[in-house]
Amino acid sequence: MYVAVKGGEQAIARSLALLAEARRGDPALAEIELAQIREQLRLGVARVMQEGSLYDEELAALAIRQAAGDMLEAIFLLRAYRTTLPRFGYTEPLDTDAMRVRRRVSGTFKDIPGGQVLGPTYDYTQRLLDVEAGAAEPVTPAEAALPARMPRVLDLLDAEALIERAEAGGDAEPFDLTREPLSFPADRATRLQNLARGDEGFLLGMAYSTQRGYAESHPFAGEIRMGEVDVWVCPEELGFAIEIGSIVLTECQMINQFHGGNGVPPQFTRGYGLSMGEGERKAMSMALVDRALRCDELAEPNEAPAQNQEFVLSHSDSVEASGFVQHLKLPHYVDFQAELSLLRTLNARHAAQARGEIAAADAGEAS
Amino acid sequence: MTPSYNFAFLDEDTKRMLRRALLKAVAIPGYQVPFGSREMPLPYGWGTGGIQVTAALLGPDDVLKVIDQGADDTTNAVNIRRFFARVAGVATTERTVEASLIQTRHRIPETPLREDQILVFQVPEPEPLRTLEPREAETRTLHALGDYGLMHVKLYEDIAQYGHIATSYDYPVLVDGRFLTSPSPIPKFDNPKLDRSPALMLFGAGREKRLYAIPPYTRVESLAFDDHPFEIQQWEHRCELCGSGESYLDEVVVDDRGGRMFVCSDTDYCGRRRTEAQA
Repeated sequence: MYVAVKGGEQAIARSLALLAEARRGDPALAEIELAQIREQLRLGVARVMQEGSLYDEELAALAIRQAAGDMLEAIFLLRAYRTTLPRFGYTEPLDTDAMRVRRRVSGTFKDIPGGQVLGPTYDYTQRLLDVEAGAAEPVTPAEAALPARMPRVLDLLDAEALIERAEAGGDAEPFDLTREPLSFPADRATRLQNLARGDEGFLLGMAYSTQRGYAESHPFAGEIRMGEVDVWVCPEELGFAIEIGSIVLTECQMINQFHGGNGVPPQFTRGYGLSMGEGERKAMSMALVDRALRCDELAEPNEAPAQNQEFVLSHSDSVEASGFVQHLKLPHYVDFQAELSLLRTLNARHAAQARGEIAAADAGEAS
Repeated sequence: MTPSYNFAFLDEDTKRMLRRALLKAVAIPGYQVPFGSREMPLPYGWGTGGIQVTAALLGPDDVLKVIDQGADDTTNAVNIRRFFARVAGVATTERTVEASLIQTRHRIPETPLREDQILVFQVPEPEPLRTLEPREAETRTLHALGDYGLMHVKLYEDIAQYGHIATSYDYPVLVDGRFLTSPSPIPKFDNPKLDRSPALMLFGAGREKRLYAIPPYTRVESLAFDDHPFEIQQWEHRCELCGSGESYLDEVVVDDRGGRMFVCSDTDYCGRRRTEAQA
């Protein structure tokens, strides 16, 4: 005999207890400390900060531990915390020229003023699993300090007027996408804001598609730099900017081919990516997608998925996507019942029609 | 109640933003108002729009009821009710008649609502034209022009192909003779309850960042044709628990030999009828 299911409340409470136990794992082992996550899983922390839109290593580490290492869940946790935070103000535009560079590479020139600086990168590790990991090799200190300011590679081209100009302060004041709804068409600052919060995997796939013929723009990695940047704010009551700290950023400037159009001669164009912490894959993907999304402005045919801003911007957010895909596990009994009832009606009609046709055919043979 | 958060979770500025958007929604029945949807501590697609509307409306004296599929005891309904009990400390109920605010997913209660009640719908996709036209810029233009030919053609093609309009839930309605509106994925069985309802009906789509409203006593028509009038679902069965022949029924699989039984989806309605029958 069917009994209406009661006790959702108790089921949830028990599920939460099971989850806590599963998250903790073997209690005989020490619980992983937040400082260990922050120090030893720094790239995970960077991704959670970036897509969680909150630069706080401690909270990101906490989110990762609470989410048992599920990055998207950790991002969601950080976002749900961030949403309640009051806004005290906005920073001055960051000066990445003055970045204290720890890594800086260009794919366009063999040598550049300031030099190519590999820094800590997985690029040349050979990906052999370190089964017998020992103590790390001691780091050799650099013989000379890097220059305090490093000119951007794109500025070198700018001097020759081979690349489109990007005027400082030329963009409209951006609005806060976490406070105002996105509307279309979205301007570039808004698009970049969306991409910055976008899921790395989604952006990577979109960026990859532009390299395989869906909005090909022949990109070159003009410059990728990673390091510390000072953050300045100008409190209204002071009237002048003060430094409130520094954050680690990864910046990518792509150089892309452009055949000319909209009254502009053929020249190189720019795609831009910026990510908190060390997030090179994300910054590069973002730069490629940014460039693809500029198709309308540059009068290029808008045909590929990566060029379609409604497609890209509406589906880039992992918290939105993950929530909506997974909402399918919620009960849909009522809709499903409605569909069942409709299908039964249509089936009955179909069966009656089939019988009717057979009867008509029989009648035809008899006459 | 959790003291580290504001009453009903959202800060007062956010509530003001929501209330302004809701006032606009009430002033333009059926129009989708864009709003600065916040990230909530529940996943998108699980009621974040409804939760924000409820949070903006709740006062300490409100009595809240939350249903999912018509039932108070489904896990997501329980979870949302728990959320508000925790962050607002409001009284909650499972009785439709006792509630001042009802948040719902996929149903309208069978018990007729009153003027002093508000029904808040959770909406996954506020745009009724979305499956026919994916571009938001385009659908907003179609609404501005009142151009709903796409939907009429879709319904016509259903009839031409199947002999019926093949939409059984989230059945499109025209609100106050002006805006084509999604009633949210309620079964079309519930559509007539939208028409001239004494209760204010508010719709929140968190992920899509839209709010809209059907004010009390507003005309709401389900789209149809003169020769194919709008019809609601009917069952050959009655509820096997309370015997109702007028409520929306859930089909329950009772064994692995094709056994089925039908019971009311509205658990409060069903329970009350059974209690009355025993008395």
